Amino acid sequence: MAEQVSSYPEIAPLKLHVPEPGCRPGDTPDFSEFEIPRAGAVPKPELDASADDMLDLAFSIIRVLNKEGEAVGPWVDDLSPDDLKQGLRHMMLLRAYDTRMMTAQRQGKTSFYMQHRGEEAVSCAFQVALKKGDMNFPTYRQAGLLIAGGYPMEKMMNQIYSNEADPLHGRQMPVLFSAKDYGFFSISGNLGTQYIQAVGWAMASAIRHDSKIAAAWVGDGATAEGDIHSAMVFASTYKAPIVMNIVNNQWAISTFQGIARGGAGTFASRGHGFGIPSVRVDGNDYLAVYAVAKWAALRARSGFGPTIIEYVTYRAGGHSSSDDPSAYRGSAEGAAWPLGDPIERLKQHLITLGAWTEERHVQAEAEVMDEVKFIQKQAEAIGTLTSGHLPSGRDMFEGVYEIMPPHLVRQRREAGY
Amino acid sequence: MVQMTMISAIQNAHDLAMEKDDRVVVYGEDVGFFGGVFRCTAGLQEKYGKNRCFDAPISENGIVGSAIGMAAYGLRPVIEIQFADYMYPAYDQIVSEAARIRHRSNGDFTCPMVIRMPCGGGIFGGQTHSQSPEALLTHVAGLKTVMPSNPVDAKGLLLAAIEDPDPVIFLEPKRLYNGPFDGHHEKPIVSWSKHELGAVEEDYYVTPLGKAAIRRSGEAVTILSYGTMVYVAEAAVEETGVDAEIIDLRTLVPLDLETIETSIKKTGRCVIVHEATKTSGFGAELAALVQEELFYHLEAPVARVTGWDTPYPHAQEWDYFPSPQRLGRKIIETLEN
Repeated sequence: MAEQVSSYPEIAPLKLHVPEPGCRPGDTPDFSEFEIPRAGAVPKPELDASADDMLDLAFSIIRVLNKEGEAVGPWVDDLSPDDLKQGLRHMMLLRAYDTRMMTAQRQGKTSFYMQHRGEEAVSCAFQVALKKGDMNFPTYRQAGLLIAGGYPMEKMMNQIYSNEADPLHGRQMPVLFSAKDYGFFSISGNLGTQYIQAVGWAMASAIRHDSKIAAAWVGDGATAEGDIHSAMVFASTYKAPIVMNIVNNQWAISTFQGIARGGAGTFASRGHGFGIPSVRVDGNDYLAVYAVAKWAALRARSGFGPTIIEYVTYRAGGHSSSDDPSAYRGSAEGAAWPLGDPIERLKQHLITLGAWTEERHVQAEAEVMDEVKFIQKQAEAIGTLTSGHLPSGRDMFEGVYEIMPPHLVRQRREAGY
Repeated sequence: MVQMTMISAIQNAHDLAMEKDDRVVVYGEDVGFFGGVFRCTAGLQEKYGKNRCFDAPISENGIVGSAIGMAAYGLRPVIEIQFADYMYPAYDQIVSEAARIRHRSNGDFTCPMVIRMPCGGGIFGGQTHSQSPEALLTHVAGLKTVMPSNPVDAKGLLLAAIEDPDPVIFLEPKRLYNGPFDGHHEKPIVSWSKHELGAVEEDYYVTPLGKAAIRRSGEAVTILSYGTMVYVAEAAVEETGVDAEIIDLRTLVPLDLETIETSIKKTGRCVIVHEATKTSGFGAELAALVQEELFYHLEAPVARVTGWDTPYPHAQEWDYFPSPQRLGRKIIETLEN
């Protein structure tokens, strides 16, 4: 293409700015400019504090666990060693389940899978901060909400295999679960749509003078969607009882978070334009995630309105089973990620507390894997996408409407069902 | 019976629905304090409070998306998109979300909501206040699409839509709000005050979705119409003197194919008329269904009279708008075939 000449020769020609990540394949990761405050350094605002009272919190990172594995500072909450062991178990279950399902996808037992590696603390700890009846509007990378909420893992696998026991009757791609009784809204494959729906659900709770709250979820990339802007407008205007979560795992498939974030310092700071209290938290620190989630949930439930929480974390695996991150990011980046691994960090904390040992952990890993394998066998005994025992073609026609209209009845017959 | 306009009939339906069911909430741009730019929600905020009728930000995706969340919670939101032409920012929420939630969650979550949208031309609204986007909605599995043509139906169909367990798109031909309009823009405006379909029951009633109405019985040709075109068809029939049967579809999805079939088996001829653009318009679906189901009953090709495949114009409004003359010529042509 010929070089375009400036319309005004005396003015320097404009250039398009396209942000680039720091670490492409072959590069050495460098997180030296990534500022990480000491654990315990960030203050905890009063429940009724305004967005203006905590502007700094959108640019800092709330952390509880220090390098020595101790819980320090104002955000230390009330989790007992048993609670923490339960949290560790949830994260280990999620990781083992991810491992088995990724393998199952590679073995051709299902079409697609999405794992959580590196982000386990975010959804596992958050769920513990909610009450029964609250509603998450999740993305595809929050299965920890289900695991920590006690949802049967076999049902998740049945959904992933689209077998005859799939609660969604084979209609949805793997991992797009729905579990109303467990406070888990039907996941959409279209990004960001759930954010404004969550605000509407929260508004409904307020309209009915209920005490339930909603939790909206979105990744760093999809914050660029218009629905996120609308959600923030509505949440701010109607002071909706909601926690608005942004999981910044640094990567949206191959696109680094700077493409969605643009010139803003952080995703949390988006909230300032809406007057929404906004904080950032170490997403790989189970205790910090829990404490911040609990504080934000209590704010919502007390009528103080929405809170935006940006979880600073790292997507240690590929975007999905269809993705190969080595094509677009440095292979050493994950290992260099300065906030570490959430399971490892909670394990160290429990060891520091004297409530856990390395030996016990190794044993627990084997136990958890056995448990997941056992459940997997049960699910596979029902069927996988390729072994047969799939939902009937008839199921496709059911549930489009509550009552099947005549044209669908005709089409169902034509299809042979 | 009370003589109502389509506006007061729609307002009345809201009022009765809110009175009957405290899960019904009503909101949209200018819908609360002011009662809507067309006044279809006038007085509701005053009567039911801001908790159940309120103003929304100018954000169609926000309005529809939040209503989906409310419906999932268990409310019955009835929301207004100020003009159907403004629907597009909300299209993802309508198509990928509202229409799909029951199916994709296997009934775990449902979406009982009504999205009202004034549609159609005849008011010099240009390309952004005149569109008839019904085909973009009838194409979507999981939606029901309704378009009333008079106050009696507007009230009954809106109440049926609010009771419906699935999302319903409720298109209101805005040129009919204050009176029937037959395309003769040069003639004085007619009001609903003396029209028989302006005489509305005061009590709660529903007009079932999926049932067409025969506006005129006839033997020579069947005219399939809806919305403003019902009156254009009446004028065309009167002016040509043809003994046509005029069907007002009222609900496009689910479609009352039975009424269409019965009529065309009798007349053997079919002319379809709508305001929307021709290519891939709802008329194409109707024509396809008629030839699939009734080919051996037809004595002439199925004909369509529609808006042209151009953006809806401003100064050329009456060149675009299907007129009784244009429809009349097509009726005669179909009879001569």
